Amino acid sequence: MCLAIPAEIVEVNWPYAVVDLNGAKRKVRVDLLDDVKPGDYVLIHVGLAIQKVSKKEVEEIESLWQKILED
Amino acid sequence: MAEDIGRLTRKIEEISEGREITLMHLCGTHEDTISKYNLRSLMPENVKLLSGPGCPVCIIPDTDLQKVFHLIERKDVVLATFGDMARVPFEDRSLFYYRSRGKDVRVVYSVFDAVEIAEKTDKDVVFFGIGFETTMPSIAVAIKDSPENFYVYSAHRYFIPAMEAIIKGELRIDGFICPGHVSTIVGVKAYERFLKYGIPMAIAGFEPQDVLLATYMLVKAINEGKPWIYNEYTRAVRYEGNVNAQRVMSEVFEADDGEWRGLGIIPETGVRIRKEFEDKDAERVFEDVFEDFVPKEDKRKKHCRCGEVLKGLITPKDCRLFMTACTPRNPIGPCMVSFEGTCAIWAKYGVG
Ligand code: SF4
Ligand code: SF4
Repeated sequence: MCLAIPAEIVEVNWPYAVVDLNGAKRKVRVDLLDDVKPGDYVLIHVGLAIQKVSKKEVEEIESLWQKILED
Repeated sequence: MAEDIGRLTRKIEEISEGREITLMHLCGTHEDTISKYNLRSLMPENVKLLSGPGCPVCIIPDTDLQKVFHLIERKDVVLATFGDMARVPFEDRSLFYYRSRGKDVRVVYSVFDAVEIAEKTDKDVVFFGIGFETTMPSIAVAIKDSPENFYVYSAHRYFIPAMEAIIKGELRIDGFICPGHVSTIVGVKAYERFLKYGIPMAIAGFEPQDVLLATYMLVKAINEGKPWIYNEYTRAVRYEGNVNAQRVMSEVFEADDGEWRGLGIIPETGVRIRKEFEDKDAERVFEDVFEDFVPKEDKRKKHCRCGEVLKGLITPKDCRLFMTACTPRNPIGPCMVSFEGTCAIWAKYGVG
């Protein structure tokens, strides 16, 4: 239950945003981050964006997720 | 990558030579990475990687579970919680058992799904909230912004003050691999209070390379006698953490004594909903129901050693129920129930 997953913000409707989670669109809350916009990457934990992360570093995490998903 | 790993493990071997080093990680997801990639096999004999109390499902004591059972036996409410929690047994009953008996138990992915349920029904909706500082901000946001018929039973725990109990506990730990996502919220600064114990700490991400790198940093710090807080997970963890999340948590919650499975009562780790939000607090709202509540012992769990597994005193295979009476299909203790529980992870990857 406690992992956080990186996802790209597609659309912002404060305090909600739509994120792209490996192709799946999901509605999450972004209240706790200052200034998020489409194209930003955020870590999602149980429906809430808990931190912004840099894109390059997200790609590293994504490769891990690919591996986990393919297992 | 294989080459890098080889280089790093040789380094760990070199600089740890002649010393017994015990490191502890504090996160179910770190245990998953370690077991899955068999990282313990890459360590020299003298470097031990222990698993600590890092899973919020496993550390919930039976008392909280029984209280929630007590509530749904007596009140016609919708009880919403995370999937893992719904499977934890007490005396052969779990929330799923109650669901099969016609109680309205819903598994949700997030607290906001439970809020949505409340918006669509006239019934009272109680969210059984568990988790550490990672999860608590979302619950705090929900408490501030939800309909009248939505309540929270707070079984959350503050993780950071619990670390102190582990440091002062029965085991001598030489270094900690600190949980990545708790740290995202609390920041590097939250660990400064432990510097006085002279034990190095490394905040790590969840890839095998992350865990190995953190291990290397710790062994190096021990070798050089430099206890410090190292941040390996810079891609998500800042010095200050997420200040907005910290603010909303302290607006809604306050610390109290908290009971942990295996660790007993630890001051400052319990999470109570503040008086200002008492109309959201299931324990206060349904006070009359809890009046006659008396906790019981679960006889089935007599031989379950989850408490010692959580403290790093034993590994699952030291428990005689491991993979005999206690299996992922028929779990006896919470460490076998939760996907982040050490027993379940060892069972899944055939460790031991
Ligand atoms: S809350 Fe985060 S840090 Fe703690 S066990 Fe879960 S994933 Fe690990
Ligand atoms: S194997 Fe089962 S009974 Fe033994 S400690 Fe783990 S969860 Fe408890």
